[in-house]
Amino acid sequence: MQANVQQFPPFRPSEAHAGGGDHGHGEHHEPGFFSKYIFSTDHKVIGIQYGLMALSFMLFGFGLMLMMRWQIAHPGVPVPVLGPLLEKILGQPAAGGAISPDLYNSFGAMHGTIMVFLGVVPLAFAAFGNYVTPLMIGAPDMAFPRLNMASFHVFFLGGVVMLVSFFIPGGAAQAGWTSYSPLATTIPTNGQAFWLTGMVLLITSSLLGAVNFIATIIQLRAPGMTWMRLPFFVWAQFVTAFLLLLAFPPLEAAGLLQLMDNVAHTSFFLPTGLAVGGQLANVSGGGSPLLWQHLFWFLGHPEVYVLILPAMGIVAEVITNNTRKPIWGYKSLVYAALAVGFMSFIVWAHHMYLTGMGQKIATFFQTTTMIVSIPSVIILTCMFLSLWGGSIRFNTPMLFALAFLPMFGIGGLTGLPLGLAASDLYLHDTYYVIAHFHYVVAPGTIFALFAGVYFWFPKMTGRRMNEFWGRVHFWCSFVFMNVVFMPMFAQGIKGMLRRMSDGGVNYSAAVVNKTGTAASPMIDALPGTVMQLNGWILWAAIALGIAQIPFILNLFWSISHGEKVDHNPWHATTLDWQTPTPPPHGNFTHEPHVVRGPYEYSAPDHATDFTPQDEAEGPATPKPPTPQH
Amino acid sequence: MEIPYTVQNRPDTGIYNAKVGIWLFLASEVMLFGGLFSAYILLRVGAAPGEWPHGWLNVTLGTINTILLALSAITTLLAWAACKVREFGKFKFFHACTIVLALTFLGIKSYEYRDKFMHYEVQLQPSAKNRAAGEFADGHLVAKSGDFDLAKKTGFIKLHGHIVKDRKELMDLRSPEAQAAQHEELTIAAADIKKMENYAPRHNTFTAIYFTLTGLHALHILGGTLVIFYLWGPGSRMWKTDPERFTNRVEVSGLFWHFVDLVWIFLFPVLYLT
Repeated sequence: MQANVQQFPPFRPSEAHAGGGDHGHGEHHEPGFFSKYIFSTDHKVIGIQYGLMALSFMLFGFGLMLMMRWQIAHPGVPVPVLGPLLEKILGQPAAGGAISPDLYNSFGAMHGTIMVFLGVVPLAFAAFGNYVTPLMIGAPDMAFPRLNMASFHVFFLGGVVMLVSFFIPGGAAQAGWTSYSPLATTIPTNGQAFWLTGMVLLITSSLLGAVNFIATIIQLRAPGMTWMRLPFFVWAQFVTAFLLLLAFPPLEAAGLLQLMDNVAHTSFFLPTGLAVGGQLANVSGGGSPLLWQHLFWFLGHPEVYVLILPAMGIVAEVITNNTRKPIWGYKSLVYAALAVGFMSFIVWAHHMYLTGMGQKIATFFQTTTMIVSIPSVIILTCMFLSLWGGSIRFNTPMLFALAFLPMFGIGGLTGLPLGLAASDLYLHDTYYVIAHFHYVVAPGTIFALFAGVYFWFPKMTGRRMNEFWGRVHFWCSFVFMNVVFMPMFAQGIKGMLRRMSDGGVNYSAAVVNKTGTAASPMIDALPGTVMQLNGWILWAAIALGIAQIPFILNLFWSISHGEKVDHNPWHATTLDWQTPTPPPHGNFTHEPHVVRGPYEYSAPDHATDFTPQDEAEGPATPKPPTPQH
Repeated sequence: MEIPYTVQNRPDTGIYNAKVGIWLFLASEVMLFGGLFSAYILLRVGAAPGEWPHGWLNVTLGTINTILLALSAITTLLAWAACKVREFGKFKFFHACTIVLALTFLGIKSYEYRDKFMHYEVQLQPSAKNRAAGEFADGHLVAKSGDFDLAKKTGFIKLHGHIVKDRKELMDLRSPEAQAAQHEELTIAAADIKKMENYAPRHNTFTAIYFTLTGLHALHILGGTLVIFYLWGPGSRMWKTDPERFTNRVEVSGLFWHFVDLVWIFLFPVLYLT
């Protein structure tokens, strides 16, 4: 432990309220289980609630994916181990323990929905944002603690609605996570209505969260915490919150309209003359399927940056801390994040090149798409340059953060051909697209989230996670992630389409039959090697799942058995590490006064290689151990 | 633990927390209604010629509702001003007016909804007595015989309305022909009915977007009224303990109320007048 690191008295919960006895709340007593863990308004508890729930949902979403990968590699063969259970729970759609095409569609739609809206966003934005942001800006809590709690409860309800939809007759939504109309309305089950209700709840939760985050960052910064002294993580959360605030409502509008289509039988997204199963549908018509796509992608693209910006924020913190030098180009990072946020609102139609939009519109969206990649490249470049000349500590969070850089790089660069209409026409809806956005989100964002979990775990618990098993987790995840997703680029380029529940077997057979030969110059059957890759991906995915076991065990084991550490084990400069561990209710034992920027590492005339943001100028002197009130 | 700036303005931003919160929330509301208005524009522009209805809504009632909301905006402002000068009695009076105005608005709105649900467009069978093929009866349901059943072709309905040769004639109720049409009581046997549908959301894209937009707006009115009622009733106890904070609450709820009024200012011309 560093000699001149500021010390805190050990924190006991009974003292949590002792500081401010002058504000007329009457007597305080130890909160019971419910008010402490279920109805807590403390941002740290809410952050952990979000985190645990999001991690569970991610595991569940991963499980859905494993079953889908089995079905792709071995179409129609009963799922081993889980098959009988599936049949018992879901009945007919899983007859014989095999996954029927309808069930495959359900799993596909729900995998996407769960991973995005119940996994990554709650973990990256709500969990880390809630836990870390108020600490980093020196605030006692969020600006609206009760709203914060309400936001989690609405989120929880949304998650329950999504889960329940698996068990209704006909099962969960089947129209993909994008829920394109008229497909989403014409599938004759209630899954879609559940999905939409769940989405409206999740969106409401995100909105409340976004309002709270922005208000907190604007209003509750500690004295001296000017905008350009905010850690980049806070900036990333700030921009993310704006994206959620402004991009989610149009999807809520779209969700309401589609709910009307499904429940009140309106025709917002149903065109005149719509035929379902060869019959003219009994609807008034006059609607526009394209309208759904516009409203959906108006959210959908900013959503991409909602997924990636908090991850970049985490990576920036971890990298600068573990290179022991200031982050390279702090201002460029901030402006790039703002630029990315702004530009992300005007690129949405690059998801819609195949809808036959005019060339002029396509050109506009191609141009904005190329422009939006520039700030992302700036951010990535700044982080790469930060490594230069650093004395790098290769601990588990740093390994994940370092892996984020090339993985996100691959994901980003392979997006360029999809942003250009000419090449997108060929690649659209193939496995290439799947590989592209999974590289951004899975080995990209999720690696950054792992880095965050390993990095802030000591702040939450006072103990470090096991380093050896952390490395095992990292290296196995890193290898198998790539074995899962890299072959998909090849499959996609060879023309394998998404959403084929049999992995392309029937498609290949049909093409061969129609052309009479195995290889036609225009429509090619999928080569055997492409089909073979399905098997490899399955085993890599299973291995990836097994690689998460050390993480799960490590996470829970370390809560009580990890190596004990003090309040600032990584010797970090930001305010979240300048409080007792775990931080008491109210976060700080004294109001922090910020006097410097967020990343003052290795200052030449400073005794230690880090200078906390609230450490006064001049030679470092230990602060009095008891807080002054 | 005390969260700063819940009541006092933060010096460098010049604003208190809840006001930041409500403005952000209103920004998201702008995007929500913006999305729905965009949907309206796209549906209307994309409608086939002659398919977008005109004059289906009662302009008089719409105007009355507009005036009600405009007045409620004034009383909301006066209620806040009364709090600012610490005149609690005036606050009570003005917000009582706001609540009455809002409830009247909702009453008129539900009357309009009921009118639409009672309004039927009936496509007649080619074989119907004294009727040419493809005619439509259009009007409000007056009575339904006890044994009325469309599937079994038993019973009859009574409509107060008129017969049109072509459905297109129903699309513009502001046209001279539509204005001149004589409305009378029509008795139609179930056997003569080919298809019968009321002016519910599913009727066409206009009724769909009309019900969605005004329904969502009415929910906002309802929510706003509940909040204002809370501040007027049980919530006003805070006046005695923390008048400053109470005044802020009145201001924040007032900002929301003005936004809801503003949405109506867009809804009225877009739906009623065009």
